[in-house]
Amino acid sequence: MPEWNKPLPTIVGETKPYWDACRQGRLLIQKCDKCSEFQFYPRGICSNCWSNDIQWVQASGKGTVWTFTVTYQNRTQGFNEGPYVLALVELEEGVKMFTNIVECEPGAVEIGMPVEVTFARANDRVSIPYFKPAS
Amino acid sequence: MADVNRGAAIVGIHEHITRYAPDKSELQLQGESIIKALDDAGLTKKDVDGLLTASMSIRNSGLALADYLDMSPKMVDNTTVGGGSFEFHLSHALNAIASGRINCAVITYSTLAKSGGVSVGTGGVSRFGHPQLDPSPDSFEELYGLTTVGLYAMIAQRHMHLYGTTSEQLAEVAVTMRKHAGMNPEALFRNPITVEDVVRSRVISSPLHLMDCCVITDGGGAVVVASPELAKNCRHKPVWVLGAGEAVAHQGAGKRDLMYIAAKQSHEPAFAMAGVTHKDIDMAMIYDSFTITVIETLEDLGFCEKGEGGQFVSNGRIQLGGELPINTDGGGLSSNHPGMRGLFLLLEATRQLRHQFEGTPRQVPDCKIALCHGTGGALGSRHSGGTVILGVD
Repeated sequence: MPEWNKPLPTIVGETKPYWDACRQGRLLIQKCDKCSEFQFYPRGICSNCWSNDIQWVQASGKGTVWTFTVTYQNRTQGFNEGPYVLALVELEEGVKMFTNIVECEPGAVEIGMPVEVTFARANDRVSIPYFKPAS
Repeated sequence: MADVNRGAAIVGIHEHITRYAPDKSELQLQGESIIKALDDAGLTKKDVDGLLTASMSIRNSGLALADYLDMSPKMVDNTTVGGGSFEFHLSHALNAIASGRINCAVITYSTLAKSGGVSVGTGGVSRFGHPQLDPSPDSFEELYGLTTVGLYAMIAQRHMHLYGTTSEQLAEVAVTMRKHAGMNPEALFRNPITVEDVVRSRVISSPLHLMDCCVITDGGGAVVVASPELAKNCRHKPVWVLGAGEAVAHQGAGKRDLMYIAAKQSHEPAFAMAGVTHKDIDMAMIYDSFTITVIETLEDLGFCEKGEGGQFVSNGRIQLGGELPINTDGGGLSSNHPGMRGLFLLLEATRQLRHQFEGTPRQVPDCKIALCHGTGGALGSRHSGGTVILGVD
């Protein structure tokens, strides 16, 4: 396997369950036990009611493209060769997350397109969630 | 709340005309700008008791600048919320002066983004020089190749999808800025361009083309803000700060509709404090990092309905001679964008309110009230919005 040349996440206590699940091929989001709100990205406090009664729940992994851009110029290593699709995907649970749309021609991506999660193994510790057209 | 309308005035300005200054330090550019802005006001170093600045590269920049110029201000403000930081600074200077804490503030900025080779819009994570991503939000964003252009492009894409905005309408903004730049001898790019030139320039991050993006320059400048009493004895008539409003907008835990930008929240307090309406605004300085920024900002400031920004900027409405002239210096798209451009909005609005270009096409006729709106950060993720309304007697 070639060495992963893109940025890697920094994993700390409040985000470790998310990255542990990614490694197992599961996408987790958070739900507050007090106010029942979902949130993304993961954090140690409910951003809505500020309680710390946060539960990890498995997302369905399905969503739609909320918006996207085909990026042709980025000087960051790993993103400086050829166009890629940066997107905001709205999950079925109602939260949006940044991702790349993969396994798809950039020109075929459109807003509202159904997508599903897929994981790429970066190294022994980290797998990164991406989205591909829904099967 | 105390009424701070006209509690302070801009009395001195200076724009460092350089667009490329590899032989100077950022602090030197700031120092030279402050000296000339104080001279423009008819004030001196000893009058200044407030120092406000933001920097992309100088650590603790307020402290560094006070040291460099041997100043001992009673108030230092290093608020850094991206390119629009300087509208926040003016808001803070107004409060500090109106409350009697200080009498005279200097707001300054400079950068060597061009000569330093900074990829402001397309550098991705490396644009900030981070050795390692922060646990959040970076670790949930930068993995995917975010760029500043890309974050604005995603908003442009959805704007087109929801409202039918076209690349040609976005291009109208760039064409207008270039037309204005043609009247500004200091502007980086002055040759006229067409809508076709813009939509045929290469795509950086779809749907934004190269000419939908602001330029990258070096540069600097300074603004002197004074109490009404001090302003009486200055060289120029006071340019009053009539109103100010500040806001931030972000992803709201993944649930916020980022099509509505911080301008929606920041403009209301500014208009309320100023006691004016949109019809009273003679010209506007709208942060133009990208063409879409202007369209979104005009909508959320309330100059037109949501989704109608593309039509609003067409047919010459935002040109000199139009209903609402915007960025009469040529804007970030053509004149200068030294990493952060918020300070330069204040400079050109002041020049217009002083009628500095009287008798030339660059002057907005009968210009009495101007609005400046600074945007910092990125529309697609998190950003700031600072609205200030300025006026003359």
